[in-house]
Amino acid sequence: MTDAATDDIPAPDGPVAVKIDSPAKRFAREFASDPIAVVGLILFVLIALIAIFAPLIAPQDPYDLAQLSIMDGGLQPGESSFGTGMTFWLGTDTQGRDMVSAIMYGLRISLFVAAVSLGLAITIGTVIGVTAAYFGGKIDSFIMRIVDLQLSFPAILIALILLALLGRGVDKVILALVIVQWAYYARTVRSSAIVERRKDYIDAARSLALSDRRIMFRHLLPNCVPPLIVVATVQIAQAIALEATLSFLGVGVPITEPSLGLLIANGYDYLLSGRYWISIFPGIALVLTIIAINLVGDRVRDVLNPRLDT
Amino acid sequence: MTKLLEIHDLQTQFHTRDGIAKAVDGLSLSLDRGEILGLVGESGSGKSVTGFSILGLVDPPGRVAGGRILFDGEDLVAGGEKAMKKLRGKRIAMIFQDPMMTLNPVLRIDTQMVETVQAHADVSRKAALARARDALVRVGISSPDERLQAYPHQFSGGMRQRVAIAIALLHEPDLIIADEPTTALDVTIQAQILSEMQALCAQSGTALIWITHDLAVVSGLADRLAVMYAGRIIEEGTTAGIISKPMHPYTKGLIESVPQGKEHGTLLRQIKGMTPSLLKLPEGCKFAPRCPRADAACKPEPPLEERETGRRVRCVHPHTEPLAEEAAPT
Amino acid sequence: MTDTPVIEIDDVSKRFTRHLDIAERTANRLGAGIKEQTVHAVDGVRLNIRGGEVMGLVGESGCGKSTLGRMVAGLSEPSDGRILYRGQDRSAMSRAEARNAALKVQMVFQDPMSSLNPRLRVRDIVGEAPQVHGIVGRREVAAYVEDILEQVGLDPSTAKRYPHQFSGGQRARVGIARALAVKPDFIVCDESVAALDVSIQAQVLNLFVRLREEFELTYLFISHDLGVVEHISDRIAVMYLGRLVELGAAEDLLKQPNHPYTEALVAEIPTFETEKRIYSAIKGEIPSPLNPPSGCHFHPRCPHAHERCRKEVPVLKEVAPGRLSACHLNDEA
Repeated sequence: MTDAATDDIPAPDGPVAVKIDSPAKRFAREFASDPIAVVGLILFVLIALIAIFAPLIAPQDPYDLAQLSIMDGGLQPGESSFGTGMTFWLGTDTQGRDMVSAIMYGLRISLFVAAVSLGLAITIGTVIGVTAAYFGGKIDSFIMRIVDLQLSFPAILIALILLALLGRGVDKVILALVIVQWAYYARTVRSSAIVERRKDYIDAARSLALSDRRIMFRHLLPNCVPPLIVVATVQIAQAIALEATLSFLGVGVPITEPSLGLLIANGYDYLLSGRYWISIFPGIALVLTIIAINLVGDRVRDVLNPRLDT
Repeated sequence: MTKLLEIHDLQTQFHTRDGIAKAVDGLSLSLDRGEILGLVGESGSGKSVTGFSILGLVDPPGRVAGGRILFDGEDLVAGGEKAMKKLRGKRIAMIFQDPMMTLNPVLRIDTQMVETVQAHADVSRKAALARARDALVRVGISSPDERLQAYPHQFSGGMRQRVAIAIALLHEPDLIIADEPTTALDVTIQAQILSEMQALCAQSGTALIWITHDLAVVSGLADRLAVMYAGRIIEEGTTAGIISKPMHPYTKGLIESVPQGKEHGTLLRQIKGMTPSLLKLPEGCKFAPRCPRADAACKPEPPLEERETGRRVRCVHPHTEPLAEEAAPT
Repeated sequence: MTDTPVIEIDDVSKRFTRHLDIAERTANRLGAGIKEQTVHAVDGVRLNIRGGEVMGLVGESGCGKSTLGRMVAGLSEPSDGRILYRGQDRSAMSRAEARNAALKVQMVFQDPMSSLNPRLRVRDIVGEAPQVHGIVGRREVAAYVEDILEQVGLDPSTAKRYPHQFSGGQRARVGIARALAVKPDFIVCDESVAALDVSIQAQVLNLFVRLREEFELTYLFISHDLGVVEHISDRIAVMYLGRLVELGAAEDLLKQPNHPYTEALVAEIPTFETEKRIYSAIKGEIPSPLNPPSGCHFHPRCPHAHERCRKEVPVLKEVAPGRLSACHLNDEA
């Protein structure tokens, strides 16, 4: 019978259907009850919009050499161009590139790399994790041993080795990020899928002779999403930071497509010679991005977590 | 001599986002010393909340919003947590459906029982241990010395429930409130526990409130029955009276919907519809929408009235005939 | 109906073995002697279920009744023995035949919440399988689902709702509708009414009775509640610790139980009493299936146990027409 403690307490899904908000609406309301998270979300949306529309809103195309003038090299924040008279609010680098524009374009690369690698890693990790949980037994043990092995090495180490072998390039950075991240998703999905797998609705689907693939992706997977979202919000910040690290170390994106990490690295040499802004401002942009994502991610985790066990 | 327990107009409410759910609404009840009362109802009827209210165990978002609970003349609602602490475990004990609500999984049985003894009695560890051992013997646990040294997870479900009962008995309370203590157990084990509870209450003169959804189980145990529906008592009387002649249509329906000794393979008499949500209770008699006898007279909610000696019924159209032969008690 | 049983359970056993992990295997190399633990959840059960009948299966926790039900429903494979559907072994069928046979045997589960996928609407829960298997066309599926919902006593307009918007009794009905949607002729009901309130339980039991007639269904009705089983079943099989101990016509079995365990179960059926009842409980706990008693599994709790019961496993044999019982006492009488 029903649990004694909750037996007589009117359940929200009580007999006469009480009006219930959709899960998405409930999620939105609970998320919004924390103002700091809302600030984080607004900041993140702003950053994402800047990244997406960078070519439209940036004062200049920092990689169109025709728009650059070596005369403007190393200007301080607030100084104006000698040629066009345009104001460089965050200064210029040694080649006369407007830092505002460079940061916008850098954000674009950083977020692109993170988002694509996130999408691929989630897809691969989810398929592998659900497969392991659904079939269990030897398949599961085999997959999970690989996951354990993968997770026992620091991500940065694996990525460095991979990129040392593959060389620079946006595609190669993405590949490296996918390889170091899929295991997190695989493990997360597997652990919740194993719980769901034992529930009767999966047995019901099996006795309805539905195909394994259908059961895995239509019945099992949608019920494993909440913890996946939690891990994804943590991991995307990790991915951005990791990409920045790799680029800073010179094994990441090529010089022609500089991400925030590479911008920081470029300015690093001038940091001690007083031209702090070439490194510092991209650094601030990176930190703000990661903080915004983490604020959102923390709240998402708080809202979704209590429901993981219901 | 005062009654052991008197409840007047108890109101227990839960605040939910969708409004206030009156889990118990205007419940009055009394219990003599040594009496066994069966508190019967389906899920959502308020039977468990009534038990929790007596013990002061209603946690937010729920609260006892009104009424008086007099235990041996002392008002438990007015006395608050302080008065309750003195009584709980000593003069009033509770047995839950899940014995792990009582038992701590990481402590040995002897530690838990000695702790319970010493919480209310100033005795040495040795004396407390002896008392614990006695209690285990009384609930039919063989080799108690061995059992005392074990952890709860080493026991079967039935054995754990026995230990929980033994703990409830440690201080020979005046009142035990048992909330579906046998529901999760197998029938043969349930019978053992019922027989032991019956013997224990008879021996020690402990009064018992047995909360259950199963009218049949409690009918062989209780002196009196109180049937709850939507936070109210709708019928109350002696067990013999209610089982042989249920007056409220709901009670009658409950008895008739249990399959036993009836033409097998035929349809059971069923109560139509389903239990209403506490947030959306109907006007007037709460059972009216499901009741075959309901009419305009059911609009103002009927009071719980004494219809026969010792029989209170909340209905304007009660059944007055004894139950038909086929459903009569066997 | 024909003489071939719909379901033939032919000497079926199911063992669950907990294999040793690396640490334990290593310990064994060093001489620890840790053994693999094997549970005989079902131990050599033979049972034929005839077309159109309701076979009740009762027993207490750990008796293997649910494991047997899952094997009949094709959700797990027997370790030994075969389960035949209309005389045919499913493992010997072609893929398409096996699929059709699988659809013919459906299951209604105990927990009305966890047996429904919380992310799907009722129309998908009920309508998915018939559409996938081509029982109805894509266009007709909505009408088909509404029709089935009506059959189980649900308002067709509820098809667009999610499971959490239903009460327990309604969820149970959705589970029944899902099973009916693939046109089965055999339904395994595993404690299908155990989680419901008394008044709702009666409604669902009545539904089972009605559907049986309307769709000519055969049921394997599994429950711990002998009262419920007796009401709905034609014949009843009683299991104890993996073995079948008694089988017979429902009313007869309750009136005159032969096996001492059945006798005890019958005595413990809660009945309405007007007097205080003297409970005469059988002693002892249900033994662990990991380490069942020797001989007759019931002997440590049996009031009539004697030397032979401790040593020799009693075989299930006919003690009266249509009545099988596994008890040594029958030999001595």
